[in-house]
Amino acid sequence: MEYVLATAIGVLTASGIWLLLRPRTFQVIIGLSLLSHAVNLFIFSMGRLAPGAPPIMPRGGFVDPARYTDPLPQALVLTAIVISFATTALFLVIMIASRGLTGTDHVDGQEHKE
Amino acid sequence: MMPEADHLIIAPILIPFLAGALMLLYDERRRQMKLTVSIVAAALMLLAGIELLRRANGAGFAGGSDVGYYLLGDWAVPWGIVLVLDRLSALMVVLTGLLALPVLIYASAGWHRQGQHFLSLMMFLFMGLNGAFLTGDLFSLFVFFEVLLTASYGLLLHGGGQFRVRAGLHYVAINLAGSVLFLIGVALIYGATGTLSMAHLSELMITLDGSRRPLVHAGGAVIALAFLVKAGIWPLSFWLPSAYMAAPAPVAAMFAILTKVGIYILMRLSFLIFGPTAGESYGFGAWVLMAGGMATMVYGMLGILGSQALGRMAAHVVLLSSGTLLAVTGIALLQGDGAAMISGALYYLVSSTLGAGMLFLLFEPMSRDEGGIAAMLALTADAYGLDPADTEEDADPAPGQWLQIPGLMTALAVAYSAAVLVLAGLPPLSGFIGKFMMLAGGIGEGGVATTAVWVFAALLLTAGFATLIGLMRIGIQTFWANDGDAPPIRMLEAAPVIALTAMLVLITVRAEDVLRYTNATARALEAPTLYVDGVFAAPRVADAEENGAAGEDAP
Repeated sequence: MEYVLATAIGVLTASGIWLLLRPRTFQVIIGLSLLSHAVNLFIFSMGRLAPGAPPIMPRGGFVDPARYTDPLPQALVLTAIVISFATTALFLVIMIASRGLTGTDHVDGQEHKE
Repeated sequence: MMPEADHLIIAPILIPFLAGALMLLYDERRRQMKLTVSIVAAALMLLAGIELLRRANGAGFAGGSDVGYYLLGDWAVPWGIVLVLDRLSALMVVLTGLLALPVLIYASAGWHRQGQHFLSLMMFLFMGLNGAFLTGDLFSLFVFFEVLLTASYGLLLHGGGQFRVRAGLHYVAINLAGSVLFLIGVALIYGATGTLSMAHLSELMITLDGSRRPLVHAGGAVIALAFLVKAGIWPLSFWLPSAYMAAPAPVAAMFAILTKVGIYILMRLSFLIFGPTAGESYGFGAWVLMAGGMATMVYGMLGILGSQALGRMAAHVVLLSSGTLLAVTGIALLQGDGAAMISGALYYLVSSTLGAGMLFLLFEPMSRDEGGIAAMLALTADAYGLDPADTEEDADPAPGQWLQIPGLMTALAVAYSAAVLVLAGLPPLSGFIGKFMMLAGGIGEGGVATTAVWVFAALLLTAGFATLIGLMRIGIQTFWANDGDAPPIRMLEAAPVIALTAMLVLITVRAEDVLRYTNATARALEAPTLYVDGVFAAPRVADAEENGAAGEDAP
């Protein structure tokens, strides 16, 4: 399972960075989204991977550490998702405004002449 | 023990938050009310900050300590989120307030009309700033940092226009990438140590086993990268000049403190996590701060000499001051006994932030006679579809009402020279004292005059000279070499600039008091155990109540 998750994070990050360095605003925004997905998975994995272990305290308050997973990274991921969702939406608005004002979707607002 | 006495610590976060949220409920026609609310809120925030500073300086907190704590949700320390107020954070909160009030008054001369929700965004920016200065937890630092960044995106785009949208696009993209880095660093540190509390982390560093130490180093380096982008270290600073240039004048003045957030966090985390109590990790990354800081100084200096536009020059002044502070932090960490240098650097931080803010406020009226501004203001009001009847009601006064008093222009020229003196570090104003204290700390009695310090000293003096040349050139063009017509200035725009000059004069006259404070701050930074022990001893309200009840039951 570790290999699958590590590969997923690696592929997402690599694609994200490649897209982030592209000259079109749409590629940049997709790149940032992929990067934030990669980071969310990464934070999640920092709570250690344990199949079948809930992060919820059972009735009575006694916790068996072997069958319990760390709830904190999950809370962090939730916060990170909300924030990246909001900032991506904001970036989208700026992107559209830039497209409307300049008539091009190049990140510099103008096409580079070859 | 009186736990409720420390509720004031959360005031600098709550006041702007509530004021900003309240203003969102009303639309743009209630401008006068909004303006009053935001100025009152900023004044309250400043007062709360000053009271906190007084307490941090005079052992005014529960238990007679210099450090105040506020347990959010009353959770015991390593588990819950804690707000920590020590001398350094109190200083930064007061600095925010000192800059906020003049900026709001300046904006009330017209900028707040150029778009939607300007004042609310400003309030959220203050909230994020104060939160980032006060928090003692890495993840809530991320949250407050995002609050201030999101508000700054909105403010940078305020007024619209192609130039701003393009600069805004770059600014948002680079900061989103920075946030991603920050999260990776936080996750690495959590994975390696299992804590996000800065105090707990600092305590764990000494006993950390060898296999996990590299992970914490990697996490620290990635977090530092995110904040170095914000602080504008060379080569991560190319976004900064165009963003600061594109921002509306009052926003750019407020942005002068945004780079200082990066510096503050780097200083705080370097000393807590990689400071004297960190065992093998002591001084990790200090080389990067020092070398990067010096490279930034060179870049800022060349930028000042090479800029033609006023805004670009002011942005490079900001870079120069960032570079200086980073280099001092690096040198102090490397050499161990850097309290005197850090103390000078903190004094320099206050004076250069106020000076740079003032420069941004001055540049906009100074370049106004080029005629661009009036046309631009009319255009943006149009673009936002503001009700014409509404704008008429408090429209710009007729040209005759723009103040053309020569006396006011003279006052501005004096203010400009004061800013130049402060930023170039010439006597008699505060910039000189700051630079002198940094150099005295490095070279003078008790300092370790290594090669690095000498290189830094040479750079600092050359940079001051370059600033003087660059700014004087602009000053001569504007105040001496213009053909008779003084650019129109409003009283509301001149007053904040004069107020900032007065603040600079005040910290110069009261330099001894300020330096005593920054000395104590620097010594506290060098002794992280003070911070850590205090945080762990922070009393929970529930416990205190139980103790109180037990005390009453006892005969």
